[in-house]
Amino acid sequence: MKYVIAIIKPHRLEQVREALANLGVEGMTVSEVKGHGRQKGHTEIYRGAEYVVNFLPKVKVEIAVSEDVADKVVETIREAAQTGQIGDGKIFVLPVEKVVRIRTGETDRDAL
Amino acid sequence: MSIRKNWKTLAGAVAAACLLMADPALAEEAKLDTGNTAWMLTSTALVLMMTIPGLALFYGGMVRRKNVLATMAQSFAITALVTVLWMVAGYSIAFANGGSLQAFWGGLSNAFLVNMGKDTLNGSIPDSVFMTFQMTFAIITPALITGAFAERMKFSSMLVFMGLWVLIVYAPIAHWVWGGGFLGDAGVLDFAGGTVVHINAGIAGLVAALVLGKRVGFGKENMAPHNLVLTITGASLLWVGWFGFNAGSAVAADTSAGMAMAVTQIATAAAVLGWMIIEWITHGKPSVLGMASGAVAGLVAITPASGFVDPTGALILGFIAGVVCFWGATSLKNMLGYDDSLDAFGVHGVGGIVGALLTGVFARKAIGGTPGLIEGNAAQVWIQFEGIIATIVYCAVVTFIILKVIDMVMGLRVSEDVEVEGLDINLHGEVVHD
Repeated sequence: MKYVIAIIKPHRLEQVREALANLGVEGMTVSEVKGHGRQKGHTEIYRGAEYVVNFLPKVKVEIAVSEDVADKVVETIREAAQTGQIGDGKIFVLPVEKVVRIRTGETDRDAL
Repeated sequence: MSIRKNWKTLAGAVAAACLLMADPALAEEAKLDTGNTAWMLTSTALVLMMTIPGLALFYGGMVRRKNVLATMAQSFAITALVTVLWMVAGYSIAFANGGSLQAFWGGLSNAFLVNMGKDTLNGSIPDSVFMTFQMTFAIITPALITGAFAERMKFSSMLVFMGLWVLIVYAPIAHWVWGGGFLGDAGVLDFAGGTVVHINAGIAGLVAALVLGKRVGFGKENMAPHNLVLTITGASLLWVGWFGFNAGSAVAADTSAGMAMAVTQIATAAAVLGWMIIEWITHGKPSVLGMASGAVAGLVAITPASGFVDPTGALILGFIAGVVCFWGATSLKNMLGYDDSLDAFGVHGVGGIVGALLTGVFARKAIGGTPGLIEGNAAQVWIQFEGIIATIVYCAVVTFIILKVIDMVMGLRVSEDVEVEGLDINLHGEVVHD
């Protein structure tokens, strides 16, 4: 099993969700985060006081998938989240030890 | 009866009536004017609205979210505190007759409003209305000062400071200008409080900012306003309410009030555009905070002038105020390095000084009875300058003393931990949730 973490631009979330749904991926967790890679932030000015804001709003999408579909999921996310502009984000794939469905107690493959 | 007898009877009756009217006590009895009273009742409400929620929102939006409740609480609590103190002693100190000390203060003969009966008149309006109207000015002046020490003052110390300040600084200065004191006698023109309210609050703010020191992280951390929606809403309420502040200072529903309302609107609009233009040129973008600040700058500057200038004078005065206060709230602060957090001095102090001086320039005899520089009376500018200096010196010295005494007794600033974590949770036990 693999845990896929994707940091994407907020306005691409709906495209990513839809693309994953078409792939049969039904569960995901989404959180609002801040971050930057090589993309520069922006400058705010209030009565002459300048504030450089380095961290930009991003969305983190987390999904647990079985190993055999991991690569397909990563590629799907990449295509849906891409704009071609700097700041599109990154995807990380981590190994997962165990997965449990809380309602039923099912584990691993049955819980995905 | 014959016709001749009727005429005699009539003549006799008329003569008797004339004799009665010649009695001074009967002839000069002040009469309540319902138009004036209605307007002054309304003005009082408008000016109170300027503080709550006007100023509370204006300042509240400009601080960081962890301090928004504490900031708004300052305006709200000051409203309550000053109301009581005004009733107890403030109104008397400002507007009673101080006898031998009349040049400097009004004394305590009217403490607890003992001389204010239900039917007591003050000119053509009830004294109860005049008292409450003036109370709203006494409320907003200390509330303005809070902008200078935002995000770092203890609530308890703030209350003690404001209580002392309103009685020892505000009320006497109000007496000097409006209550029969020496500045009014000297001919200082201050229609609605350029010196009494704005220079006063601005200088006290500057002193407080210097005494309390800069906020932790000033110059390094992001201290951006957390919600400018609140700020521009507050500025809008200030703008509308200011009609009560300026036009209400005519204490009558008359042509003076009408012209005051017109010039207030024109000057404020000019100031908004002035600030907007200079900011657009120097920073590339016209900010919302800038527009709101420009409006306040114009409102402050037209305050002393509102009963004395004409629309053209107001237009020029307003534009100048917008540009100069932009400088005061940006460059001046950075140049001298003090943390006047919400620009109490930069906007109210500087704007008040600009307005008070330009009143001496643009005053027209036909509007308010006194000519200014543009009508050949250069001396008026000097008189204005005297009023400004007297206010600045007294206010600065006494404010400094009050602050130092409070600092010795109970401290002024919150601890660094409290300041970093936020005033809302630490001083009031409350937060604004997402």
